[in-house]
Amino acid sequence: MRSPVRLERRLHQPKRLNLLIPAVSLLFTLVLGAVLLLATGKNPIDVYWRMLERGFLSERALTGTLRTATPLAFTGLCAAAAFRLGVINIGGEGQLYMGAVGASLVGLWLGGSVPLGVTIVVMVLAGMIFGGVYAGFVGVLRAQFNTSEIITSLMMNYIASILLNYLIFNSRSYWRDPRSFGFPSGKPLDKRAHWPVFDMLGIPVSFGLFIAVLTAAVLWVVYRRSKLGFEINVIADSPRASRYVGIRTRLTIIAVTVLSGAVAGAGGASQVGDFAHYLDAKSLQLNGFGYTGIVVAALARLNPIGALFVAVLLGGLTNAGFSLQGPDFPSGLVGTLQGLILFCAVAGEILTKYRVRYNRSAVAA
Amino acid sequence: MIDTALHMSGVVKRFPGVVANDGVEFDVRQGEVHALLGENGAGKSTLSNIITGLYRPDDGVIELDGVPVSFSSPKAALDAGIGMVHQHFRLVQPFTVAENVVLGNPETPFVIDSRSTNEKVAELAERFDMAVDPSARIWQLSVGEQQRVEILKVLYRGARVLILDEPTAVLTPIEAEALFRTLRTMTAEGRTVIFISHKLDEVMSVSDRITVLRGGRTVGTVDTKSTSTRELAGMMVGRNIEFSRVVRHNPGNPQDTVLSLSGVCGEDDRGRPALNQISVSVGRGEIVGVAGVAGNGQRELAEVITGMRPATSGSVKVGGKVLPNGHVRDAIESGLAHVPEDRLHTGLAAGLSVEHNIALKTYRTPPLSRFGMLRRKAISEKASGLVTQFDVKTPDIATPVRLLSGGNVQKVLLSREFSTDPLVLVAASPTRGLDVGATETVRKRLIDAAEAGVGILLISEDLEEIMSLADRIVVMYEGRLVADMPSEGASRELIGLLMGGGTQEVVR
Repeated sequence: MRSPVRLERRLHQPKRLNLLIPAVSLLFTLVLGAVLLLATGKNPIDVYWRMLERGFLSERALTGTLRTATPLAFTGLCAAAAFRLGVINIGGEGQLYMGAVGASLVGLWLGGSVPLGVTIVVMVLAGMIFGGVYAGFVGVLRAQFNTSEIITSLMMNYIASILLNYLIFNSRSYWRDPRSFGFPSGKPLDKRAHWPVFDMLGIPVSFGLFIAVLTAAVLWVVYRRSKLGFEINVIADSPRASRYVGIRTRLTIIAVTVLSGAVAGAGGASQVGDFAHYLDAKSLQLNGFGYTGIVVAALARLNPIGALFVAVLLGGLTNAGFSLQGPDFPSGLVGTLQGLILFCAVAGEILTKYRVRYNRSAVAA
Repeated sequence: MIDTALHMSGVVKRFPGVVANDGVEFDVRQGEVHALLGENGAGKSTLSNIITGLYRPDDGVIELDGVPVSFSSPKAALDAGIGMVHQHFRLVQPFTVAENVVLGNPETPFVIDSRSTNEKVAELAERFDMAVDPSARIWQLSVGEQQRVEILKVLYRGARVLILDEPTAVLTPIEAEALFRTLRTMTAEGRTVIFISHKLDEVMSVSDRITVLRGGRTVGTVDTKSTSTRELAGMMVGRNIEFSRVVRHNPGNPQDTVLSLSGVCGEDDRGRPALNQISVSVGRGEIVGVAGVAGNGQRELAEVITGMRPATSGSVKVGGKVLPNGHVRDAIESGLAHVPEDRLHTGLAAGLSVEHNIALKTYRTPPLSRFGMLRRKAISEKASGLVTQFDVKTPDIATPVRLLSGGNVQKVLLSREFSTDPLVLVAASPTRGLDVGATETVRKRLIDAAEAGVGILLISEDLEEIMSLADRIVVMYEGRLVADMPSEGASRELIGLLMGGGTQEVVR
């Protein structure tokens, strides 16, 4: 059955499309959103201005935006690192939890007994190891038994979630605050183990965001310039060609999955060290940073540097959404607007790779 | 009077760079099994795709029962009574046999009444002597049974002319016998069967008449009763064309062995034996041609030698050293170069740039990389040098290989393989699909390499190529090497016969 409209892969991707298509996507979003807002009796211009202001313009808005962007940058990089190889690791969520578990473990243990610098390094390493090893199961299953990593990594998110609850609700848990009598919560870190906050042009920037930027830079170099990156590109392009030149495909799959999990794990460490300062099971599970990270990676076209910017964009959108909500503005409408933006962005993304062809002869045939 | 079911004349089909059918004349009588015989690339598949409406001919006439027809799709052809049984099945694995049979039939209701459907399908199967359980799921069936489902599918749609594309390629001999019986019951009912094959023996045993194609043209149509495998082999490979053997200035030295296989056995992708005790050796500067029809173990042979596929027994030696079984890197490092038959997706990573593809085998060590990092300048210098040396036509070295023409793709591959200074080259169908100019270039490169001392195992379905390039010829049939002879004075007819499964004794 041939449809009269067909998508055809572009042989060349003209550079100007990289700017033109996002711009047109944005325009479409604004128009579609305006229809929606008018239909519910709101002034679109006013709503858009409020979104812009509360997401990105005011000082307070930027603080919140960067705070949300930090974990999204990590989970976005986690997804991008694995997707580049064609390993669809959607377990960033669980790997982030495990990173938080590992980092809070060593953070609580070291407390203020060692210099802050050492604490940070050990916490980040612990987060990366916990997240990496946790993802390693997925990698090994995929490499050795060709198990679908989509299923296994998703399922392991639930396991991590239950483990997180266990560590807080179990009364003898090392992570639980023994003084929390009402609703159980995590044991707080020593004040001297809190990660520092830097002031940039009056906006507080968390230390974790610097780690995220550094991680993005490292990933960029690995994928663009290293032998490992070269092998990843070959495997992603043609698994048969990788076999033909003797690349250790299985080992590479495992290594990249572990790397991807380690990045999410570092994000978990940042959640503990930068913001919560204890193992905050509830808010980790509420936010779903791991899943949003997949969107970040997709919108950034798996480019690590791009993922940083997209993380900030989505962070801003999330916060704008929170501040729009009110008695006259139901959260469902906020979600719909955010959905529209992503929908148009993804649709535009497809048009950079494919072009639409109208097939007149198909109707006659 | 004999009724003509299908008549084709002057059928021409051109593809960019090749003429697949060049004025084919073809007559099929009603109620006969008509074999279409020819080597790979003779135009059999193109012709059957034209008959079933998948391709439109560029020229020529097709008449069905004396009426000129032109089908726009396989569905239109099926509506007119022409059904095709493909070599690769098109079945829905989790569905039952009966569901697959009625699938796509316009008369099938939205909700399928499984009992009456099963009965109808069982009845049809019995009528044509095909044992298959209508309620079984496809994935539970053997390959032979799945093929019966494919045949039932076209019969159910009321096809009067059935085209079977190499139906026995996937069957065991017993299953093949059963298939032949089924074909007989179909022709007894007045249906017509077009049987595509390259195996001489089975064509002789199943068909009433045989049309031989070669190079896109009809060589002739003969009555099976009045011909012999020998005559067919001659028609298939062409005995009249004189071709010149390449004159070598620096002939190879068979005594100085660079590649030797002894007792190599291996399996295909489905774990069935594909290589049976292969022993062959190639000397320094020698070209040994492996002749044979595709699918007789050639791909497995190349993959076992190069380590891509583990051998189940036997050993491969390169330069006197036994290669560890199934290790590609060791094979490469011992000086084994490989031009695989699937050059675009195995030999190259099609989506990557020319320069990265050229670096594909040497990126691991200096000068192309150091301390785990690629040295981009060294890579682009090497790539630019080879692109110039091998005259690769590409806009630049950053262009993805998939955008290059077939000949230039092969040049990229060859330039990389020869740049590693190999001892041995295993080349599988190195000129398949290339135009005349590119074919010449590739052959010249192979000769030059041999002159420089590289031992070449040339695996090809193109007999002419093997006869003009090789010093020695071995013939492969069903996983075995059935002959080993010097190509000087080798008889084309004999090789054709061996390729089709004949034995040397028959000839003498």
